[in-house]
Amino acid sequence: MSTVPRFWRHIPQRYNLVGTHCPKCDEYYYPPRAICPNCRRAAKMEDYRFDGKGTVVTFTTIYNATDDFKRQTPYNLAIIELDEGPRLTGQVICTPEEIEIGMRVKPAFRILGKDGERGIIYYGTKFVPAEGSV
Amino acid sequence: MRSVSIIGAGCTRFGERWDDSLRDLVVETGIRALEDANVSGEEIDGLYVGNMSGGRFVEQEHIGALICDCAGLSRLHVPSTRVEAACASGGLALRQGVLAVASGYSDVVIAAGVEKMTDVTGGVAADALAAAADREWECFFGATFPALYAMIARLHMHRYGTTREDLAEVAVKNHFNGSKNPISQYQMEVTVDKVLNSPLVSDPLRVLDCSPITDGASAVVLAPTEEAKKYTDSPIRILASAQGSDTLALHDRRDITTLDASVFAARRAFSMAGLEPKEVDLAEVHDAFTIGEIVAIEDLGFFDKGDGGRATREGLTAIGGEIPINTSGGLKACGHPVGATGIKQAYEMVLQLRGEAGKRQVEGAKVGLTHNVGGCGGTAIVHIMSR
Ligand SMILES: [Zn+2]
Repeated sequence: MSTVPRFWRHIPQRYNLVGTHCPKCDEYYYPPRAICPNCRRAAKMEDYRFDGKGTVVTFTTIYNATDDFKRQTPYNLAIIELDEGPRLTGQVICTPEEIEIGMRVKPAFRILGKDGERGIIYYGTKFVPAEGSV
Repeated sequence: MRSVSIIGAGCTRFGERWDDSLRDLVVETGIRALEDANVSGEEIDGLYVGNMSGGRFVEQEHIGALICDCAGLSRLHVPSTRVEAACASGGLALRQGVLAVASGYSDVVIAAGVEKMTDVTGGVAADALAAAADREWECFFGATFPALYAMIARLHMHRYGTTREDLAEVAVKNHFNGSKNPISQYQMEVTVDKVLNSPLVSDPLRVLDCSPITDGASAVVLAPTEEAKKYTDSPIRILASAQGSDTLALHDRRDITTLDASVFAARRAFSMAGLEPKEVDLAEVHDAFTIGEIVAIEDLGFFDKGDGGRATREGLTAIGGEIPINTSGGLKACGHPVGATGIKQAYEMVLQLRGEAGKRQVEGAKVGLTHNVGGCGGTAIVHIMSR
């Protein structure tokens, strides 16, 4: 899939859900952005660590994956809206029957995948169902 | 800006072309387009080629020079440029050709598209196509291309009551149209039951909701409208060429069930052409997945948001309906050689507007629209043309 540095380049962001916050517009960004797309000026963006609680906006269950993810099928993939506003794409660990639009989720640190050729295991954030699901 | 017309068009048969290389496909389509346009090599002063991933599919880059060479134009040193916008590479090549002629920099230009996809395994092809999505923030977490469209479908169904059967109806219609098109990859019709019983790819999308892996090439020849009659009795005039962009990642979009890039490009195109959506007689839209067509006919202004499923179910998009969509069979049935698709859409429109579309002819077709999408909406290209 890719080179080793590419896996590790965004480690703090992927491990800890670190994004940015524009104090001028009070908007949160994930992945982190150096320039706020709202005010576009160098209002000082500050790092912000999301706690990762959010809601499933939409989802799918993948039965046919690329080679890197074949071993994990079937798995759920969702667009999740974090409580602070930004959206991201991530896996939700539960059965295909359990996941639904509006479901509350929280992050879990898991093995994300394995690079087929080099056998490198890489980690990152997945999501699990949280209390208070609708 | 000068008015631009299509003076000739050609297309290869789409499908698994085991015996033919990328070069063979280019030669085949190039000859057809030039013969159709009655143009000699000396008259051509520009070449644009859409190609998404020659590097991944056939380990060949520098496709611009290659195409020029294959077309026999290398000794004339005709400038040749490859353009890339994932699955919209063909549409973008057409747009670059139109801009070159409209601006007066070039007079006779070939806009072509080619993709040779079946030389690699399914897994490699899927990964190459996934590169149209956001590698770092979508694919890294296990997203595939069908998965992104499946998430659009899921939310569209949840919000607007679009049904699983409505999605299947898109495939049924497009396979029917494809069965009337000699270049179409799939010549067989399918039923709703067959679609609903095909294997799951990415729930709710099944195998028969997805466009196939395809080899193919297509080309059109462009000239200033005022000189078009020198070459052909039936030039097709480009009334508008428009392009829109959006975030690469689906999750960053304003609305996940709308491709704002399509909405933007369509609005610009209609205002450029001075037309309303209801004045369009037929359209070729980007149905890489069945949900793609339902979203497209809404985003282009043919139907209200959320109404695309109903319109399809009621037959309004079939040949003979209110606005026939994807008479070629679309990407779904005709096939989707990614770099060639946008040009094939123009090829189909040329046949329809000339009245040469045979068993799938839309009676009295005067104005047609083509809509080509890159990724799941990072790029959208819309052309409106008329006879
Ligand atoms: Zn700001």
